[in-house]
Amino acid sequence: MSNTLRMDISPRVFKVFRRHLTVYRRNWKVSLSFNFFEPLLYLAAMGYGLGVYVQAIEGLTFIQFLAPALIASSAMFSSSYECTYGTFIRMEFQKTFQAMVATPVSMDEVSLGEILWGSFKSFLYGSVILFVILVLGLVASPWALLVPGVLLVSGLLFASLSMIWIGLFPNIDSFNYYFSLVITPLFLFSGVFFPLSGLPAIAQTLAWASPLLHVVNLTRGLVLGNVGMHLVWDFVWLVVVAAVLMPIAIHLMRRLVIR
Amino acid sequence: MDIITARNLVKEYNGLRAVNGINFSVHRQECFGILGPNGAGKTSTVRMMFGFSPITAGELHVLGLDVTHHAREIKARLGIVPQENNLDLDLKVLQNLLVYASFFNIPEREARARALEHLEFFGLSDKLDAKVDHLSGGMKRRLTIARALINNPEIVILDEPTTGLDPQARHTVWQRLRHLRSRGVTIILTTHYLEEAAQLCDRLIIMDHGDILDEGTPGELLERHVGAEVLEIGQGAAAADNLTKQFHNDIRGHLEVGDNLVLYPLNGRELLSRLQNLPQQFDHYLLRPATLEDVFLKLTGRGLKE
Repeated sequence: MSNTLRMDISPRVFKVFRRHLTVYRRNWKVSLSFNFFEPLLYLAAMGYGLGVYVQAIEGLTFIQFLAPALIASSAMFSSSYECTYGTFIRMEFQKTFQAMVATPVSMDEVSLGEILWGSFKSFLYGSVILFVILVLGLVASPWALLVPGVLLVSGLLFASLSMIWIGLFPNIDSFNYYFSLVITPLFLFSGVFFPLSGLPAIAQTLAWASPLLHVVNLTRGLVLGNVGMHLVWDFVWLVVVAAVLMPIAIHLMRRLVIR
Repeated sequence: MDIITARNLVKEYNGLRAVNGINFSVHRQECFGILGPNGAGKTSTVRMMFGFSPITAGELHVLGLDVTHHAREIKARLGIVPQENNLDLDLKVLQNLLVYASFFNIPEREARARALEHLEFFGLSDKLDAKVDHLSGGMKRRLTIARALINNPEIVILDEPTTGLDPQARHTVWQRLRHLRSRGVTIILTTHYLEEAAQLCDRLIIMDHGDILDEGTPGELLERHVGAEVLEIGQGAAAADNLTKQFHNDIRGHLEVGDNLVLYPLNGRELLSRLQNLPQQFDHYLLRPATLEDVFLKLTGRGLKE
């Protein structure tokens, strides 16, 4: 019992990551095109459609305001899908984890490999959106080059959060609740579609607890070149929360699989 | 030298005892069988050997190493064939072995050479690029065994290797396992097929409800509990008391199995002719060589009147 909180991690974790990469290389085109299609729809419908009727926000057109936030939300959705449905299918139906832990790979490395993979998907899908809005002329500053780094950290955070959910509610039907009770509210109330300054003070305080809010602050600030100490604090917030959530996720997954 | 030793080994799941303080040891280069019905504790026992289930109490040493503290070193030298197929469905046949090899840090060139050799040995050379899902049950099993050999393990642990296979596929697997043993690999096998245990195992333990009932070579177990032959008497259970009293000098034991009576004769042929000369006649008489199944029935008492 004394060593349940100690992590058993070695460089073999990258072998787990490479396994996911090997699988992904077989179907990345389909996967990538579907995943960036959805944010593109939002951009078209909200940005160009609804945006016509929306007055300027903080001196920006609606699409200028929305586009950088869609980088953040797309990154959140990609690691969240990967580390709920994807992870659960590998664990429960394909028994991939059981096969891996029969080798010198430890369960902690399997879990961390999943988290790293989720983070990579956030990085990949967020960066694709960044590229699209660059092409559309919506990137105003070279600070945007730092966005992929933000996506990696936010990916670690959302991947860990998803796997904590699996650890607590290991059932594929429970993921519906995860998305409707956690992910969708974050998507709607983290400053993606409207600035939080219009909300009551209590709502603004609550929103501070939303990881997505800090990711949105960062992507929007960097893409628009509106940088400063406030962004450093957003980044520190993400790093600290990710660092707290990761070991919890790894611990819960170990408890679930190794019995 | 013993390659695996268990001392008072216990496994509990949420307070339920699956393995009840067992002791056994496995010798190097033998085929060691763990025989028992479903729920006997066989799978729990082998899972503890590779650290998939932490032990609850007692001691378990594999390759001289304590399983609780040296799981990684032990797993590097084991080959595991689990009960449920857990081949990587997202990867093709050859890729399955290559990716698995990477978990052992086997260099890619070496891994490819070994993978091709093992796939050849298991008759899967023409399936390198096939999807795992498209393989037959027997092929999946063979692929799982091939995968377990990728690190040239000193011990291969197979949990019910032929459950669900048709007889022909089962014989193919047995043949490969015999070949493995002849190469000096220690094999540990759980099974509820008595024929499988008799065909493959040098030595075995019989488990039921988490306990070891007995252990020995198949021959020793037969000799100890049943003898060389058994005589089945159809619908003989009702007359069991009379018959066993009458012939108690000619038999070494008996068992009622449903309506039938099974006798363990000292001289089967002679007893059979004496029975056939009795005024009371029975449904049928069957004199046959004893099998491990008879040992198992005798030990577990399964089939006795409730």
